[in-house]
Amino acid sequence: MTLLGLLEREPSHGYDLKRDYDAYFGRGKQLPFGQVYATLGRLARDGKVVAGGAEPGEGPDRKRYAITETGRDEVDAWLAEPAEPEPHLQTVLFAKVTLALMLGKPAQAYLDTQRSAHIRRMQELTEIKRTGPLIDVLLADHALFHLEADLRWMDLTSARLAELAEAVRTP
Amino acid sequence: MNTPAVQRGCLIEARDVVKSFGQTPALRGASVAVSRGEILAIMGPSGSGKSTLLHCLAGIFTPDRGEAWFDGQRLDALGEAERTRLRRTAFGFVFQFGQLVPELTTADNVALPLLLNRTKRKAAYKTAEAWLDRLGLGDKGGRRTGELSGGEAQRVAIARALALAPKVVFADEPTGSLDSLTGEKVMDLMTGLAREQAATVVLVTHDARVAAYADRVVMVRDGLVSADLGTVGSAAGSSRAAVTSYSAKAVQ
Repeated sequence: MTLLGLLEREPSHGYDLKRDYDAYFGRGKQLPFGQVYATLGRLARDGKVVAGGAEPGEGPDRKRYAITETGRDEVDAWLAEPAEPEPHLQTVLFAKVTLALMLGKPAQAYLDTQRSAHIRRMQELTEIKRTGPLIDVLLADHALFHLEADLRWMDLTSARLAELAEAVRTP
Repeated sequence: MNTPAVQRGCLIEARDVVKSFGQTPALRGASVAVSRGEILAIMGPSGSGKSTLLHCLAGIFTPDRGEAWFDGQRLDALGEAERTRLRRTAFGFVFQFGQLVPELTTADNVALPLLLNRTKRKAAYKTAEAWLDRLGLGDKGGRRTGELSGGEAQRVAIARALALAPKVVFADEPTGSLDSLTGEKVMDLMTGLAREQAATVVLVTHDARVAAYADRVVMVRDGLVSADLGTVGSAAGSSRAAVTSYSAKAVQ
């Protein structure tokens, strides 16, 4: 999904996508070329991207990939849909905010939707604590603290959106 | 939006409230309505205006512009004497610090608002003792509040707020000075007893875990109230199944 999102900026070669992915999302872990081309192949098969004709030049694959309308819809749907509130979300939350900012989409609205999903989940978990056995309370507490941490991160990120937008648009 | 609040089932409402302190705007057109018996949490970062909103809803601050309604009356249009009477008879308050008189005993503190409302001395102390009992402080009636722990002091404050049989309990960061477990017990007692008494609660907190005790959560940002963040019953799925799926995911 992240590669598809990156393609929404402009049609790109696999190499450029990999480079940008590594720069923004890799966090020290490089995306193998094989995986980039496998993903692009799958996206092309599903009609979410189209490959342009090969261009002369060096390199294993000089095809330029462009996102289709279906692909754009998919990116929009993914951004609009809050992730399931669960621990260890940071990669997804981070990717959504960064991509939304890169594409000039309303990151604040995404954060609000996610915040709402988190709060609702926290209300459910609190209800479990009120009525459930202690072992469930223990699990609910663990979930509540993780969700709280996410929420605090969202609050801070909300406050920094303008700065972040600058940072991702001028790499 | 021009129907009086009471006709729409709400007990308290702020409408387009603007409030500034000197040059600093705290609220810039904040609107929120609270239904009878509802527990509403108002969240927001520090300086967002959430406490100012609570103070306007409780008639402690008068809005510069906009309206504050309580039970079909405009609070902001009442005289100071009338508002003070309302605050004493219809509202209970639980704040973070400094609400109990440290030189008085626990029972004196709980009985005090009742005495101010001209309840007979004997009846006031009887009610006070009963509430202290319900909050697990039956044996602390004779202690001075200065000698209590933070959690005990907050339970006394809840007893004092509820002993009046208020229509609304206003709570501003009621767990702000407590550790997590004590804070939770305080929230459990406050929301449980308020539900039992069918009291409406307006709770201000920056803590999402505290806000999660409420029926509905709104957020104040830059002096405005956001849409509802969470309303109990609006999420899909059974809670019991949900916590189990959480634990399965957590161990993967």
